[in-house]
Amino acid sequence: MLEGFDRVPVQVRVNGTLYERTIEPRVLLVDFIREDLDLTGTHIGCDTTYCGACTVLMNGANVKSCTVFAVQAHGSEITTIEGLANDGKLHPVQEAFAANHGLQCGYCTPGLIMSTVYLLSKKQKPTDQEIRKGIAGNTCRCTGYQNVFKAIRAVAAADVNG
Amino acid sequence: MKLRLSSPSALVDLNFIPDSSYIRRSNGTLHFGAMTRHADIENSEIASRLPILHDCAAGIADSQVRNRGTIGGSVAEADPSGDWGPVLLTLDTEVHVIGPGSSRTIGLAEFFLDAYTTALAPGELVKEISVNAPPKNTAGAYVAFKRCAPVYASASAAVSLTVEDGGACTAARILLGCVGLTAIRASDAEAALIGKQLTTKTIETAAEAAMAAADPQSDMRGSAEYKRALVRVLVKRAIHIAARRARGEHVEAGHEYVGRI
Repeated sequence: MLEGFDRVPVQVRVNGTLYERTIEPRVLLVDFIREDLDLTGTHIGCDTTYCGACTVLMNGANVKSCTVFAVQAHGSEITTIEGLANDGKLHPVQEAFAANHGLQCGYCTPGLIMSTVYLLSKKQKPTDQEIRKGIAGNTCRCTGYQNVFKAIRAVAAADVNG
Repeated sequence: MKLRLSSPSALVDLNFIPDSSYIRRSNGTLHFGAMTRHADIENSEIASRLPILHDCAAGIADSQVRNRGTIGGSVAEADPSGDWGPVLLTLDTEVHVIGPGSSRTIGLAEFFLDAYTTALAPGELVKEISVNAPPKNTAGAYVAFKRCAPVYASASAAVSLTVEDGGACTAARILLGCVGLTAIRASDAEAALIGKQLTTKTIETAAEAAMAAADPQSDMRGSAEYKRALVRVLVKRAIHIAARRARGEHVEAGHEYVGRI
């Protein structure tokens, strides 16, 4: 059994950079990303696997990082919202959210964008139902989702995602 | 753990065990490694041979949860509101378990003992879930109603029917989810269908019997009366879909929630 909170080594590649840290095994991936790596674009909303604000990509799949221990991400590739823009140019999904007013307060936005990137990586031209299903794990309390939906439809139609 | 339902002093992550996630088919039997994700089952052509498995896998919580959650984890957790319990109990399902120096196979109905309680002994792990091929002219359907994607269903119904060419139902299994400490087998509802033509009247009789078998608690997901009323509707819907599928029709089914298009 672990004595107290013995630290363990963890190696995680985040947005292309390999990080090696020694952390307590109880640390959640979202706290590791925010506190240890100082990447605060990933948000904590409900902290109980409901709201999706903490969504990141883990080996290409969207996951709620409040429900993954950082040690479970050992050896994996993580993409956060900070990893989407390229050379100062926003990712097409980010552009589409901005152009279609797909955000108001912006708290849920990083999570919604990561789920959208995942959805479009699986299906370049999702149907309306697939879009709704794809973002069903992300809660937004401002927009009513209509503009988020429009943004995703726009980026899928533009065929420039990825 | 987030909800403080348990506070273990140590955790072992099974994710790093090699060859623990797979979907295989041999001699008609489907084999699922315990660590197979819901999303893998959702997207599996092999698993989709039994549409009820797709009904279930494709609607568990949301995309993020389906990418992490596993069939073995769900079965071992034995949450009264878990989706896999009622679905797999309509099928001939076995749980393959390994322990220190031994392994054994347990029928799923004997595996679930109570809420959050299974036949697993200390030190034992679920290794695989296997589902034997159903008989000819047999099909199932799973319908669950929930308030929104990430939450557990308020009530669910899993149905498997064998329907002869003449239209008579020769075998039925009806399981209810979220309305008892474990999934509830509605035997009286099954009896109301077996040996009968699936008419509006026999289906209604079965749905009433299922409602009587339900033992729901009032909570934030709805009052006991509301859940019982849901059971009646969901059982009818699942019977209709299973019967159409048994005749070879392709019918969509699964989780339904408010606001879904």
